[in-house]
Amino acid sequence: MWEIEPVGLDLDRVRVSIDGIDIVMDAVMHASPGEMIGLIGPNGSGKSTLLRTVYRSLRPMSGAVWVGGDDVWAMPAKEAARRTAAVAQEASSDFDFSVREVVDMGRGPHKRLWERETSIDVSIVDDALQRVSMTGFTDRVFATLSGGEKQRVLVARSLAQRSQLLVLDEPTNHLDVRAQFELLDLVRSLGVTTVAALHDLNLAARYCDRVYVLQRGRIVADGPTASVLTAALLEDVFGVSAHCGIDETGAFHVSLRGAARVAPNEGVA
Amino acid sequence: MVGSVNVPAGSVLRVIGDRLGLADGSMLDAATAQVVWDIRVPRALLTIVVGAGLAVAGAVIQVAVRNPLGDPFILGVMAGASSGAVLVIVLGSAAAAGLGVNAAAFAGALLATAATFMMGRNGSRLPPTRVVLAGVAIAYLFSSVTFYLQSIATPNELRRTVFWGLGSVAGAEWSDLGLPSLAVLVVTAILVVRARDLNALLAGDEAASSLGVDVIRLQIILLVMASLLSAVVVAVAGGIGFVGLVVPHIARMLVGSDHRRALPVTLLLGATFLLLVDLLARTVNRPSELPLGVLTAAVGAPFFLYLLRRNRAGSTW
Repeated sequence: MWEIEPVGLDLDRVRVSIDGIDIVMDAVMHASPGEMIGLIGPNGSGKSTLLRTVYRSLRPMSGAVWVGGDDVWAMPAKEAARRTAAVAQEASSDFDFSVREVVDMGRGPHKRLWERETSIDVSIVDDALQRVSMTGFTDRVFATLSGGEKQRVLVARSLAQRSQLLVLDEPTNHLDVRAQFELLDLVRSLGVTTVAALHDLNLAARYCDRVYVLQRGRIVADGPTASVLTAALLEDVFGVSAHCGIDETGAFHVSLRGAARVAPNEGVA
Repeated sequence: MVGSVNVPAGSVLRVIGDRLGLADGSMLDAATAQVVWDIRVPRALLTIVVGAGLAVAGAVIQVAVRNPLGDPFILGVMAGASSGAVLVIVLGSAAAAGLGVNAAAFAGALLATAATFMMGRNGSRLPPTRVVLAGVAIAYLFSSVTFYLQSIATPNELRRTVFWGLGSVAGAEWSDLGLPSLAVLVVTAILVVRARDLNALLAGDEAASSLGVDVIRLQIILLVMASLLSAVVVAVAGGIGFVGLVVPHIARMLVGSDHRRALPVTLLLGATFLLLVDLLARTVNRPSELPLGVLTAAVGAPFFLYLLRRNRAGSTW
């Protein structure tokens, strides 16, 4: 129903400072329409900060973010929200919205201030819930769902938002192993351009067309996962000794052995 | 109609009708007409406005600080208003640059709120937790002024400060209605129009940003609106507790958290609740009146506890 046309994402030398400290410097990134890009790096490398400039949570000090060829920060916030949706990590609040109400929030960027819900909105919400296989959960209180179920509902919200670009910030954290695969299978099946910050290198290897590696706020490597993830890079960036290769099924696989003798390289200052 | 002086319902309607040009009031006795039109009607209207205002201000604070325990007075409004009012009661208008009790209360509320915002801000942002903590500290500061003044007050002055603190709509005049009514109407109109943004804000800062909401700006607007509305209401009616904290919850229990439904219900519930409470306040201890603050808690708390007990299955708490 109403297929979404995916768009490309371009980050042009984005620099982000928080309280005078540079968190992300000179970030250049490209995602072609329909691609699934992984953003990997150790904690504190600036993954979340970088992603926040894309879905308009944090304004870059310099540089530009182009979604579908337009500068996201030069358009009204609602228009940006019509193109880009995000599923980020944050504490759920105490207020008890139903699943339907949460997904319905995705319609907000498409509605004028005084505009009421229409039957089209209702159909879009129903369709979104169906795509994520959560139809039976419509009237459940969102906060009572399991981690995996909540993530699916948030993905449904992005579908209701009809966004052409989806940003995911560590979507598989706190999820059961199976739920992690189910979620990424679902995201992959949507066909929307996706940029996902991922902790798990093997998930990145399995699901992402290309990855960008972030170290101390700078992108130090990018390309197809199998070429980028090498033992040398993993030791340098993550401080772990690892073996990277093709497993018996023909899939690229990272096998982590332990902490490297040398602590992770601090990176370019 | 009920009150400390008995006026039959039919006469009440006839007085109102007469004043509005809809009926003939020549048969009515002047004293009755005066009681109804000059005293009862403005009082009832003020009660509605104050009840609605407190409830809406409470709902706004709860969204802005994203915490169900928010109430209209947490940003220093109550402490500031008290110190202003008590200053005039104990030391006279001269001590407050000639302001009356209400005006001094309003000024005190504004002063305390401004101090809270100044202390609570972090750069250009007003982070909720920080603002609330600043509000607590500023409240203590202003309370110390209030307590000192109370300690040097005469017994009669002291009693007056206590009564002010507990809230009342007695002595309501038509001139009292203007500002509070305007404040309630304007704030409610803004909120109803932006109800979707309020919902998004409850979903979290990141979620709200990704849905096209300017989180920082909206939070500031909400905090400022709630504080102004609370200040206006406290100035005219004193410290009526409980309504701002609990009525929004009751509304949410009845119709859910979606502000498009919850806000109108909050408004109506607040007004109705306070009307009932004021009715009780005037009749329970006839012919004298109980302060509203005494009754809002005594009446509201058991009802809220009942709803709490009933709301267990399928709830997150």
